[in-house]
Amino acid sequence: MEDLSFDIRKGEIFVILGGSGCGKSTVLKHMIGLLPPISGRVLINEQDMVTATGKSRIRLLRQIGVAFQNSALFGSMTVLENITLPLKEYTLLPEDAVNTIARAKLGLVDLAGKGHLIPGELSGGMKKRAAIARAIALDPAIVFLDEPSAGLDPLTSAEIDLLIMDLARTLGITFVIVTHELESIFTIADTVIMLEKDTKGIIARGNPKDLKADPANAYAYQFFNRKPKRDKKP
Amino acid sequence: MTQPAALTIDQTDSALVFAFSGHLDAGGIAGVWETACRRIKKTEGPALAIDLSGITYFDTAGAAFIAHLDRMAQGRNWEKTDITGLDPDSFSLLERIREKHSEPVQDTAPSGGALRTFVENKGRFLDDFLYDARTFIAFLGEIFWAFVSSLLHPGRIRWGETLRVAERAGANALPIVALISFIVGLVMAFQSAIPMKMFGAEIYVANLIGLAMVRELGPLMTAIVLAGRSASAFAAEIGTMKINEEIDALTVMGLEPVRFLILPRVIASTLMTPLLTIFAILVGILGGAVVVLSLGHPFVAYYNQVVGFVSWEDFVGGIIKCFVFGILIAATGCIRGYQTSQGPSAVGDAATRAVVSSIILIAVFDGIFSILYYALGV
Repeated sequence: MEDLSFDIRKGEIFVILGGSGCGKSTVLKHMIGLLPPISGRVLINEQDMVTATGKSRIRLLRQIGVAFQNSALFGSMTVLENITLPLKEYTLLPEDAVNTIARAKLGLVDLAGKGHLIPGELSGGMKKRAAIARAIALDPAIVFLDEPSAGLDPLTSAEIDLLIMDLARTLGITFVIVTHELESIFTIADTVIMLEKDTKGIIARGNPKDLKADPANAYAYQFFNRKPKRDKKP
Repeated sequence: MTQPAALTIDQTDSALVFAFSGHLDAGGIAGVWETACRRIKKTEGPALAIDLSGITYFDTAGAAFIAHLDRMAQGRNWEKTDITGLDPDSFSLLERIREKHSEPVQDTAPSGGALRTFVENKGRFLDDFLYDARTFIAFLGEIFWAFVSSLLHPGRIRWGETLRVAERAGANALPIVALISFIVGLVMAFQSAIPMKMFGAEIYVANLIGLAMVRELGPLMTAIVLAGRSASAFAAEIGTMKINEEIDALTVMGLEPVRFLILPRVIASTLMTPLLTIFAILVGILGGAVVVLSLGHPFVAYYNQVVGFVSWEDFVGGIIKCFVFGILIAATGCIRGYQTSQGPSAVGDAATRAVVSSIILIAVFDGIFSILYYALGV
């Protein structure tokens, strides 16, 4: 990616989309501090994630939560332990307080009573929910989701969409989501940016419904209307 | 930056009043959680009133805390908790947490008395053991059936895979088997030579080494080395295949996993264990010879003592054990691999269980053979 610049407003559901291999996940890795960009800045509340080190980096990381594509739950721990882990690491809360808060998070993602299970016992949708519960364990300002609907059936995918909208509304969390699931995008996204491999940057930005209706941007129009390039009609 | 929450407690005739101020988030509530909970436990009621007008920040952790205090009060049959001072958004968050929150249910193991837990644990252990034994016997039966049906159709055995496994489990194990056997023979000869020398009987060290290596130590040491080396490898291989759904793929392709994966390993292990044992016996006897030669006896005397004392029955008795050990090692490794569950430690656990189970079974069957040979006069 080159010359990539965008702002995300507080409280919005912001989607990064694009075709396979266009660099969506790489951009996400830059944003969450896993992969430093060759040049440039990633500002979270005016603080640069790229240059932050030590305690300031920890403070920044506490402001974000991430749910990875394959959920990345720790398989040797129960679901509850997965969620209590950041609480234990970052707070001085007593054990019962940590467990109570973690159960509240499980309740928020409709996994109440499932805390004793290990991730291997969960379905795909439940794993995604558990990963989101872990991501919101410390009440972050921003939650990054990498392909939250990948590998899920349409119904479970729709449930995850509802959950994201619900959490955004109830908790005021800003969601940054990497996906190319059009159904989800039309349902949940306030703003999308579309990345493209050839231009190595943003090819379109705005509300997905507007982009779908606007033939001026040919690539975005084709993408949102599922029209392959060989289709000559706009 | 998180501002610690502060708690002011007031007890009136009508209620226990908690007034919070500061940040009610995960960082802020750490200092007031236990104080508030303890106070509710020590108070008789009749109601709880929570004043949140002084708070400057409220999130799900704070909501979980307030909901928890409310549940504690309700659990003691107090009157309805009066919560005041929250703005509408925060109040709806609190309501959301109350509505969605479930009590521990099964999040933690049910607690019981120490005796009950002890009995439960022992019962569970016995149940697991019996299940394990049943599964193992059933699995051996499956292997046996697959073996018999393959004997009728030898072309169905994957000989290429069998040779590959034989090379890895057998030929590649030669150095470690040689090292262990040589050292065992050497050390045993050395330790026994000292007291025997007192009676001028050090040449009989050859008898001791020959008989011990042929009947017991050769088969046993080889089997233990193979249990550590091959059983764990089989369990890891098959466990990884199970996690990757390769075994499911074989099944849906109509290929029996027992014939396809396990039979080559069992055949290879069953054939390699006796061969490795013969090698181990020879190297062990050679280790003993080094000590006897160092005591001034010629090699031919050592050789004659060994050959004259160790009978063919001893040798055959030792080798028969090896066939059984070979089957046990391969079957245990494969079954533990087959039983691999999910998770990052699953394959490691399967390999560990394979080694432990193999060694236990080898020891048990060695004991059974000893009794059997004694009864048969071998």
